[in-house]
Amino acid sequence: MLNYTIRRLLLAIPTLLFISLIIFLIIALSPGDPTASLPLSVPAEVREQIREALGFNEPIYIRYLLWLKTFVINEPMYYLQDVFGWEYDKSINPRVISWQTRSPVMDTIVQRVPQTLWVVGMSYVVGILIAVPIGIISAYKQYSIFDQIGTFISMVGFSVPTFFTGVLLIVVFSVMIPNDSFFWLPSIYDTTLVVEDWDSFWKQVRQMIMPVFVLSLFNAAQISRYMRASVLDNLRQDYVRTARSKGLSEKIVVLVHVLRNSLIPVITVIALGVPQVFGGAIITEQVFKVNGLGQLLILAIQDGDAPTVQTLTFIFAVLIVLFNLVADVLYGIMDPRIRYD
Amino acid sequence: MTDTTSIESIAPDDLPPARSQWGDVWRQFKTHKGALIGMIFFVAILLFVLLGPWFWSIDPTYIDIRARNSGPSLLHPMGTDQLGRDTFARMMAGGQVSLAVGITAMLLALFLGTLVGVMSGYFKSLDGPLMRFTDLFLALPLLPLLLVIIMLFREPLNNQFGPEGGIFILMVSAIGITSWMQTARIVRGDVLSLKELEFVLAAKSIGTPPKRMITRHVLPNVLSPIMVSATLGIASAIITESSLSFLGLGFPPDFPTWGRLLYDGVIFIDQYPERVIWPGLAISLTVLSVNYIGDGVRDALDPRNRDR
Repeated sequence: MLNYTIRRLLLAIPTLLFISLIIFLIIALSPGDPTASLPLSVPAEVREQIREALGFNEPIYIRYLLWLKTFVINEPMYYLQDVFGWEYDKSINPRVISWQTRSPVMDTIVQRVPQTLWVVGMSYVVGILIAVPIGIISAYKQYSIFDQIGTFISMVGFSVPTFFTGVLLIVVFSVMIPNDSFFWLPSIYDTTLVVEDWDSFWKQVRQMIMPVFVLSLFNAAQISRYMRASVLDNLRQDYVRTARSKGLSEKIVVLVHVLRNSLIPVITVIALGVPQVFGGAIITEQVFKVNGLGQLLILAIQDGDAPTVQTLTFIFAVLIVLFNLVADVLYGIMDPRIRYD
Repeated sequence: MTDTTSIESIAPDDLPPARSQWGDVWRQFKTHKGALIGMIFFVAILLFVLLGPWFWSIDPTYIDIRARNSGPSLLHPMGTDQLGRDTFARMMAGGQVSLAVGITAMLLALFLGTLVGVMSGYFKSLDGPLMRFTDLFLALPLLPLLLVIIMLFREPLNNQFGPEGGIFILMVSAIGITSWMQTARIVRGDVLSLKELEFVLAAKSIGTPPKRMITRHVLPNVLSPIMVSATLGIASAIITESSLSFLGLGFPPDFPTWGRLLYDGVIFIDQYPERVIWPGLAISLTVLSVNYIGDGVRDALDPRNRDR
């Protein structure tokens, strides 16, 4: 298993290099100009100097290698300088600087991560907690009313786009319900809110209800379908008949024997879905105005802030590759029948 | 001689009515209630979008500033927007573009996916590189990349093909190029198992060249996974297009799609919530019905489900 993990980690390096190249080339070869958003009063020779300072006149492969170096070597060096006692010098090892804010991109990202993780992470957890029991019951009582309704809701859940469910919830809970009602929910996520007492905690809960509900409905819809299929598969297996004939109660058969076995494929699906959730969160964050990573990406794209866009997209790519690996390794650990060597 | 006599001894009247393959598929499809209802809804939406403008003579771009922000009435069944344009007509126009993007992008993705899938399944030497290539594409963060591609290439394409053609070409190619991977994987798997069958060996033994092998023997047999991906591909292409439009990076407001109409309505959500509900409902119903059709097609094309 360790061998396999190491091999996969090594294989991830060329994959990520290739992806970084694609991301870099799309942005670098695009016809856009880094000085295009400057005021028209900036004279042409100053623009040329700005381009020069940004390193735009270098050949493309030099620019790529320099970008790669700043991202892969300089950034980790900055964050690990205290741990390893490295001599970090800003002038030798510059960090990735945003064109919008003139500050290091990673600092902005670090500021934004908690909001995204709170909303996205919470909704993923809620989604899984809803989906697993629904999947089990739908499969155990196949073709029952519960199963039919559950299947329909999950079909609706992943057919209706998150921006529409979000907007619909806003219409109902923020517009149609009066402001002073108990059921009114804020449509804008307030990130400056500090949770220090029950009152602010309640406020935080209220503003999280809608975004978390929207995302968890979408996640639960997908996961519950996998869960149902997996439980159905396992219920037909011989070991279930054996367990029943031994006289085990239905509760133990389903919740211990079947559940454990049917969670194996579902857990890999859950691991594979984590990066997609970050992608889907881009839209939900936009709907509820959560200033997380997704909103940062949209703003950076609209302002033509190439370093921020490259960094964020590459981080998303790293997440995808990482969680693909996690899913495969988890599969191998949980299912002893699977041997990769 | 026994063969001919036994055939002649059966009177033609005793034979059950002839059954074609597609007749069987249709019979199986009809038993899936959800798929049938989905089909009815989808056809209704198609008729509304395609034939609607023939009966509804108001131009979707006609600005009637006196009638702006009006509610539903006989003259404007879905009201008008902030410039007095008729929402009903705009829904038809938007639906045309949304569905056109969805279907064209799906066709492109299907073509690429089938090409890669058949090539890597049929030719052993291409299998490794092509599948690594597919894996690389699967590891790309698609939504961020789509946003970037559209933001960066909108201007030059608009200059080249005009504002409407440019964004259409850009949208379709961007969505198509980023959604062929699942089809390729499924088709490859099917081609690999198909290659082991006797009829392929027989065809090979009489000297069929690879090109004819693929077009005559392989492609017709991988049609069912391709059809399933086609229906599901329309759904995901429509969702992707409307998400991009919703993020403000899609079609311009004078050439609207359902996603763009929804995006435009969000600003007025507290005064005129119906402006987001109509396009949102249209997108959701279309995707839901297409997904149900996909479910039904998958069941109908699976021979194990026949004659139950």
